[in-house]
Amino acid sequence: MKILTGNDLKSGAVVWWDGTGWSIYVNEAVDVGERAGEILAREQSARRVNAAYAIEASRDANGVRPAHIKDRVRALGPTVRPDLTLKPADPEVGNWVI
Amino acid sequence: MYLYDQYDQAMVDARVEEFRDQTRRRLEGKLSEDQFKPLRLMNGLYLQLHAYMLRVAIPYGTLNSRQMHMLADIGNKYDRGYGHFTTRQNIQYNWIKLEEAPDLLADLASVEMHAIQTSGNCIRNISSDHFAGAAADELVDPRPYAELLRQWSSFHPEFSFLPRKFKIAVIASDTDRAAMKLHDIGIQIVERDGALGAAFYVGGGMGRTPMVAPCIREFVPLDQLVPYAEACLRVYNRYGRRDNKYKARIKILVHELGKEEYARQVEEEFAHLLSQGIEPPLAELERIKPFFADPEFEFGLPTGIDRSDPDFALWVDRNAVPHKAPGYVSAVISLKPVGGIPGDASAAQMHEMAELTKQYSFDECRVTHTQNIVLPHVKIADLHALWTRLDAAGLANPNIDTIEDIIACPGLDYCSLANARSIPVAQKISQRFSANGRTAELGELKLKISGCINACGHHHAGHIGILGVDKKGVENYQLLLGGSEAQDTSLARITGPGFDEPGIVDAVETVTDVYLRERDAGERFLDTYRRIGMEPFKEALYG
Repeated sequence: MKILTGNDLKSGAVVWWDGTGWSIYVNEAVDVGERAGEILAREQSARRVNAAYAIEASRDANGVRPAHIKDRVRALGPTVRPDLTLKPADPEVGNWVI
Repeated sequence: MYLYDQYDQAMVDARVEEFRDQTRRRLEGKLSEDQFKPLRLMNGLYLQLHAYMLRVAIPYGTLNSRQMHMLADIGNKYDRGYGHFTTRQNIQYNWIKLEEAPDLLADLASVEMHAIQTSGNCIRNISSDHFAGAAADELVDPRPYAELLRQWSSFHPEFSFLPRKFKIAVIASDTDRAAMKLHDIGIQIVERDGALGAAFYVGGGMGRTPMVAPCIREFVPLDQLVPYAEACLRVYNRYGRRDNKYKARIKILVHELGKEEYARQVEEEFAHLLSQGIEPPLAELERIKPFFADPEFEFGLPTGIDRSDPDFALWVDRNAVPHKAPGYVSAVISLKPVGGIPGDASAAQMHEMAELTKQYSFDECRVTHTQNIVLPHVKIADLHALWTRLDAAGLANPNIDTIEDIIACPGLDYCSLANARSIPVAQKISQRFSANGRTAELGELKLKISGCINACGHHHAGHIGILGVDKKGVENYQLLLGGSEAQDTSLARITGPGFDEPGIVDAVETVTDVYLRERDAGERFLDTYRRIGMEPFKEALYG
C-alpha cells in the first residue's frame, strides 16, 4: 500500500494521512493508491502539513508498517527513549522498528 | 568569559524579532516552505525525524552558570526535559514547536546566546580547546582569537553563501584537543622569536571524503589573523565547487589545486587585502583579551587527595586533568553513563551542572567536542564535595577517554540524514565493556560512531570507528581502526565487510582482544595498531 506522511507545520509532529486529515498514529494511515500527488499538493498548500511525501507500507494484523526503517522510527519515536514514544515506555519499540 | 556589548546584544535581539516576523508569515501562509526553509535554517531550526530541532551555538564551548540554567529551562519549557550536547560544542533540542521557536530564541538572547549560523553554508560556531585557559601546556588562552574570529564571521555578508558549510577551530598548545586538523581551517597560536602568531591548517574535514588539513602557513602575525583567514575564505568562495555539494567543501579545492597552488593564491589575495587597510585594529583584540583573564586563583592550596574511597579515587584518576595553577584541576563531567545516550543531559542535570559551575569553577564551564562538560578551574580540595554532588545527579561516571566514553551522533533515532542508529550501538558497547570489566585494562581507547557518511560522530578519527550504513533497508555497521583527532591526526581504515548490530559489538570486543594480546608495555590501542598494522585485526575478525 502507499501511504502519506509529513510533519505538522506548527508542532513539527510526525503525521499520517488518514483519508480526511492528518493523524499522529501510523495505524490510521490509509492507502492513497494513485492519489498521492494530488493530496500532497492540496494539503501542503493548505498548510495542514509540511515536508510531506508518499511511502510504501504494508498492513497486517498488527497494523500499518512502513517499508523503510526510517519511517518506522518516525512512526513511534526514538527507539532509545521509550518514555517518549507514542506508546510510552514500550520496551518492544526497538523490535518493531527493526 | 566574553560578555556582549551593546552591538552584540542589538544584533541578536534584532534577529529574534526578524525571525518572529518570518515565522508569523509562514504560519499565516505568506511564505511557502521553500521560502521559509532557508530563513529558519539561518536560525538553527532544522526539521528532523520527529519534530523541529534547534541547534544552539556555544562559542568555543564556553558557558556560565546563568547560560547553563537557561539551557535547562529551555529543555523544560520548550522541549521534553533534556538536551543533547554535540560534537561541535553546541547543544541541540529535538522537540521544538515552530510556533514557540521565536520565544525560545528570545529567552536565549536574554543570556547572550543564539542559534545563528548553526546551519547553512556559512562560517559555523568557532570551536576550541575545552581546557583553554586552564591547560598547563598551552601557550596562551586561544579563546580571545576564537572570539575575534566569531565577531568577524558573524553576519559576514561575503561569507553567508559559501559553496558549503565552514568550520574553524583555534588551539594554542601542541596537544590538540579540538580535532584542529580536521576542520576547514585549523589555527594554532604559536610563538616565533618571542612574538605570537598563527599557524594555518586549511582543508581538513571528515564526512564523505576525510582529509587531514595541511599547514599552508606556519606563522601569520596576530594583527593579520583576520585578513589571512579572509584570504583563505575568498579563494574558496571564488573557486569552491557549487555544482556538486559532495565536492563543495574547501578540502576538495585544496586537494584538487594542491596545497602549494592554493597557498599561492591565498598569499596573493592576502597581499591585496593588506593593501586595503581593512584589518581590524589590534585594539579590538586587546579589548577582548581581558574577558578571558585568569580568575583569581588562590595560592598555597593543598594538593593532596584522600584516596580512601576507591570510587572517588577512580573518578579522580579518570576525570580530573592537571591544571596550570597549583592546587587546581579541570574536572570532566562525563555524559556517558553505562547504557546511556552519549551527550544527553536532563534539565535537572543541567541545572545541577550550572550550580556546580558557579560554586566550584569560577562560574564557567565548557562543552567538549567529545560530548562531555568540563569544569575548568576546580580546587583539588573541593573535588570530593564536587564528586559527591555529581554522583547524586548521576554524573560521576569515571570513564573519560576510555572505551565507555563514546562519541555518537544522534543517528537514525533522531536525524533525517542518518542511515543507521548510532546510540543503541554505543549503549550496547558501553554495557558490554562495563560488564566484562576490561575498561580499565584497555586504557585510553577512543571509540566514535556515526550513523551516516557525514561523520558527525567523527568515526574517521576514532581509534576504533563505527559507521552505520543502509544495506538494502537493513542497518549495517562498518568497523574502522587507527584514526586519531589529536596532534597525531590520522584517518581510520575500514577493516572489511560490515556487521549487523550484535555483530559490531562482538567485533569491537574482538579487536580489543587482539590489542590486549599483542600490545607492548605502555602502548595504547592506537599505538599497537600502528605498530602491527591491520592484518592481525582482520584475521581475528574474518578468519
